[in-house]
Amino acid sequence: MANTSRGTGGLAFDPKKRSLPSELNIFIALILIVLIFEALGQILPYMNNQSFLFDTRDRFDSIFNEARLRIIILQVSIIGIIALGVTQVIISGGIDLSSGPLVGATAMIAMSFAQTELVNGNPNPKAVFGEWAFDLPVLIPVVVGLAFGAFIGSVNGMLIAFTRIPPFIATLGMFLICRGIAQAWTRGKPVSFPTDSFAFIGKGMMPVAWFIGLAFILHFIMRYTVYGKHTYAIGSNEDAARMSGINVERHKVMVYMIASMLAAFAAIILSSKNLTAQSGMGIFYELYAIAMAVIGGVSLTGGRGSIIGTVLGAMVFGVIQSGFTYIKLDAFFQLMAMGTIIISAVVLDKVRQERATKRS
Amino acid sequence: MSDIILETKGLTKHYGGVHALEDANFTLRDGEHVAIMGDNGAGKSTFVRQITGVEQRTSGTIIFGGKEVNFKGPIQAREAGIETVFQTLALADHLDVPDNIFLGREITKWNWLGPFRRLDYKAMRDETLAALEKTAVKIPNINNVIQNMSGGQRQCVAIARTASFHSRLTIMDEPTAALGVQETEQVENIIRNLKKAGEPLILVSHNMRQVFDLVDRIVVFRRGRICANLDIKKDKITGEDVVGYITGAKTGDEYMETAL
Repeated sequence: MANTSRGTGGLAFDPKKRSLPSELNIFIALILIVLIFEALGQILPYMNNQSFLFDTRDRFDSIFNEARLRIIILQVSIIGIIALGVTQVIISGGIDLSSGPLVGATAMIAMSFAQTELVNGNPNPKAVFGEWAFDLPVLIPVVVGLAFGAFIGSVNGMLIAFTRIPPFIATLGMFLICRGIAQAWTRGKPVSFPTDSFAFIGKGMMPVAWFIGLAFILHFIMRYTVYGKHTYAIGSNEDAARMSGINVERHKVMVYMIASMLAAFAAIILSSKNLTAQSGMGIFYELYAIAMAVIGGVSLTGGRGSIIGTVLGAMVFGVIQSGFTYIKLDAFFQLMAMGTIIISAVVLDKVRQERATKRS
Repeated sequence: MSDIILETKGLTKHYGGVHALEDANFTLRDGEHVAIMGDNGAGKSTFVRQITGVEQRTSGTIIFGGKEVNFKGPIQAREAGIETVFQTLALADHLDVPDNIFLGREITKWNWLGPFRRLDYKAMRDETLAALEKTAVKIPNINNVIQNMSGGQRQCVAIARTASFHSRLTIMDEPTAALGVQETEQVENIIRNLKKAGEPLILVSHNMRQVFDLVDRIVVFRRGRICANLDIKKDKITGEDVVGYITGAKTGDEYMETAL
């Protein structure tokens, strides 16, 4: 348009008054939190002028404390991948509590298909299946894991779409079922010793690469495709979406399926990184993933939020966790502080929402 | 008569024991604007919901464009060319104007990607501006989300959405019920434009002045039945007459036997 201060029908509007993207708030919060920890490092007497962000002891080539940054982003990456899937579930107006136990179950199942025959010349002591399952190509455990995730996700989705039970209940049930599957798979014994090619999936900084790559793909999907638009529409007004000709039921099944496949992939990366799978893997992951999305401005009532927000939310989450350790806060208090922060994020978001509606 | 666009014969809807709609015989000619009036619970909205496939009728036939139709849902009705503005606004609050206008029928690129095909934001934006221009709807900023708009603006978006697609029949269920004076006028202008374009319309309304201003014919519903069919352009009919039909003080001659 030639004159951007004129809308349709010549009505004036002020383009400057347009609200800034809400992701900016989270980015500012992220910087503030880093600065607070930096300041605490200087202020707290027992910290000996340590720096949170900078490399003050010349351990690295750069000015930043690379080790800390690397740990933060590595810690965030795996749960972050789950959070990407949970983000689209929450945007569609639902919730997925089953992702944490799904990580445990998928890790057990996928790892069973990724074992080597010989460990240091001896037979694999943790073998789950017989000879046929040793030294399979890496594609097989990955495909089996993703297929399991897709199956669990589609059951979640179909329960929610067709029986109309609340997503909370459906995925809570699946939470217990998945934890049960994880324990029943080997009667609680860990599954270990993967092939080298399987171990490569989560080696070193690979989880970060997967997280960034998947975040880009999910961002594109949510922002620029029909799938993304319909996900927002369903979360915003399900009846309107239905009346507009969107197949709401089929779409919901897809949303939950993609979320569970991402969680399954996170499980593959995690088990590959740890070189072992245990039925207790992924405890609290579903809540942390939801927390990342919520801190990132994804509205639990649906229709609002973005992948960029969730990625920033994940960073905030990682920085806070790392920062608590840095200021030597006791692990017990860390949980309490984390809970407080999540609640504050939701309250702040609600206040901002209400102010926005009042203004118009 | 080939110019009949919509005809219902013996259209009936029961909700359990409640007879919401009983034996409705209705015809609409091409280009004709008809108002449906009646008291609350008289069966107006029920009638609309049966035609648009939102609900499945108990019995009766619907003939649209010369063919008997059986819409399983509003999507099929829309595909056949019936556009509806519902009483409850069918808009997604968190999406902007083009997104809402094109919801469910987005313009896309890269169609080989199936559900992940890419949205053509620019094309949708351009067509939205053209559609708003055509319907003379005034909206300050089409990139604003619906949530931040006034009731009138929302209704205008809903109507622009209906009017911007070449439909064979437009149905509006109380489009101005919650609107201010200026906004009502805007909606009425859109309806006049539809009349000029020769597109047929069914208007459900409580507003007597509006109905007399806009339409050719009034069909009155009472207690689930049609009780009057008034050609207000030909016959001399006043608002008082219509009120009489609505309240049951009067009944159209041809409906004497069935009406209570």
